[in-house]
Amino acid sequence: MSTIEAKGLVKHYGDVKALDGLDLYVPEGNILGLLGPNGAGKTTAVNILTTLIRPTDGTATVAGADVLKSPGKVRKRIGLSGQFAAVDENLTGYENLDMIGRLYRLGREPARIRARELLDRFDLTDAADRPVKTYSGGMRRRLDLAGAIVAEPPVLFLDEPTTGLDPRSRTEMWGVIRDLVGKGTTLLLTTQYLEEADQLADDIVVIDHGREIAHGTADDLKAMIGGERVEVTVTTVDAIARASEILATFSGGEVQTNERTRKLIAPMSGGSAEFRHVLRDLEDAGITVYDVGMRRPTLDDVFLTLTGDVAESDEVRDAEKVGT
Amino acid sequence: MNSLMWAALDSHVIAKRNVIKIKRVPEVLMFVLISPIMFVLLFAYVFGDSIAIPGGSYREFLIGGIFAQTVVFGATFTGAGLADDMQKGIIDRFRALPMSRAAVLVGRTASDVIYNVLSLLIMALTGLVVGWRIHNGLVDAAFGFALLLAFAYAFSWVMAYVGLIVPSVEVINNASFVVIFPLTFVANTFVPSENLPGVLRTFAEWNPVSAVTQAARDLFGNIPPGTPEPTVWPLQNAVLYTIIWIIVIIAIFAPLSVNRYRKAR
Repeated sequence: MSTIEAKGLVKHYGDVKALDGLDLYVPEGNILGLLGPNGAGKTTAVNILTTLIRPTDGTATVAGADVLKSPGKVRKRIGLSGQFAAVDENLTGYENLDMIGRLYRLGREPARIRARELLDRFDLTDAADRPVKTYSGGMRRRLDLAGAIVAEPPVLFLDEPTTGLDPRSRTEMWGVIRDLVGKGTTLLLTTQYLEEADQLADDIVVIDHGREIAHGTADDLKAMIGGERVEVTVTTVDAIARASEILATFSGGEVQTNERTRKLIAPMSGGSAEFRHVLRDLEDAGITVYDVGMRRPTLDDVFLTLTGDVAESDEVRDAEKVGT
Repeated sequence: MNSLMWAALDSHVIAKRNVIKIKRVPEVLMFVLISPIMFVLLFAYVFGDSIAIPGGSYREFLIGGIFAQTVVFGATFTGAGLADDMQKGIIDRFRALPMSRAAVLVGRTASDVIYNVLSLLIMALTGLVVGWRIHNGLVDAAFGFALLLAFAYAFSWVMAYVGLIVPSVEVINNASFVVIFPLTFVANTFVPSENLPGVLRTFAEWNPVSAVTQAARDLFGNIPPGTPEPTVWPLQNAVLYTIIWIIVIIAIFAPLSVNRYRKAR
């Protein structure tokens, strides 16, 4: 049996379907990346699995306990770090962790020791006795994450642990998370970044509109959406057709074009040598380009490939904000 | 340990957290302490000579009313504190912890008693300065203060419930005025209820804020001899009527709030 198991999760907020029949399975010690744009239903799924909200339909067990029938048991076995660094600004870092330790019922002395130990491990010792309101965004996130593992829970939920962090703090956070799961913790991580899921997760479920649209390892997904891409923006609409023909000769026929933005995107596997060929051929054809570049696939590409649609869903995003 | 003891311990941890906050954000405490002083001085000197109390002094009459009004206002802190925790996502963290489902609320209402103890103390001192005196001995007076605190505690459960429902702290600060002003003004707090017209008079007579005010005045010995006996039961039995309200409010709003907390959002 999987450590996290969810079947047919549905959550409606009025007419909005935040979740529309989601299944999730995470074997013990594995990391599942739940990848999707804002409003895809990621937070709703986490909130159901951590007993914060009840699903409209569906069942789920976490570490052997049913989230609906024995939520108390689930809470003893999980740690949660949410999207909005839920630490108390007026308490110091130490006081926050000590409080959480007491509420996990570790006992007075063990809670103190554990708090100091975690502050040390998360590189917060110098700030330990300062109120959290003086912390940077990255420090808050680390403290929040430390709060999630105070009781060394076997199952961990991290809801967008790096959203809003600068690139350096994000890389640091990845290191911290990797360390954590080295120890056999089962982890469900939500993210908007393909790269993050790639870096951390064994298995990735891509969701949109509350439903799974793809499932596999990072390599599976990349194979599905191809490797690098070349992106060309031409100066006139007339040039699109000709540019598309040229790109097609390199990508084996596949080119996405957007008339409004005059942008063309094509998968490319030949690296920089091929990129130079593309530039030369465009020039030879007398096409002036406004912008051109190579880039790695992003979540947008996953969505373009899988749904033919760009990754956005403001309607559900708003509903999720209200609902969770 | 049984679950009740765990609940008490969890509540203690939460109360401790709130007390730390009182220390770290002293501005709040400052206003809690300044506003009762302001009220006592305003009413004593602005209205002091224009409202006549047969056989007694308005200032002495006034203090019981201000005590009652201030502790009722104090309950807003409970609601605002909870609304703030909801807004910041800390409640979600607590709700995902294996702690007692009542602890956040019990801890909050308990720690807010501190505000009321301090503001009663400050008001009593200010009152003594402007001429208020205790005439019935310290035992009765202590009972009077205890009754005010118990009423404040009960009322903080009402505001706890409101705090869990409203979307933000700003809303609760405005919403509470709509409830608290009529409740504390359509009462015998600042003028004798006999002076009020028709419906307002009836409301004032049955208003629990009137009862707790009447009880406090009685226990402090601030009802001048010769004042006619109240004609309605709640004011004739002000202490008993207040205690009944305390029990009824807690019996209704404590379970209601805990239930709301369980399901929050």
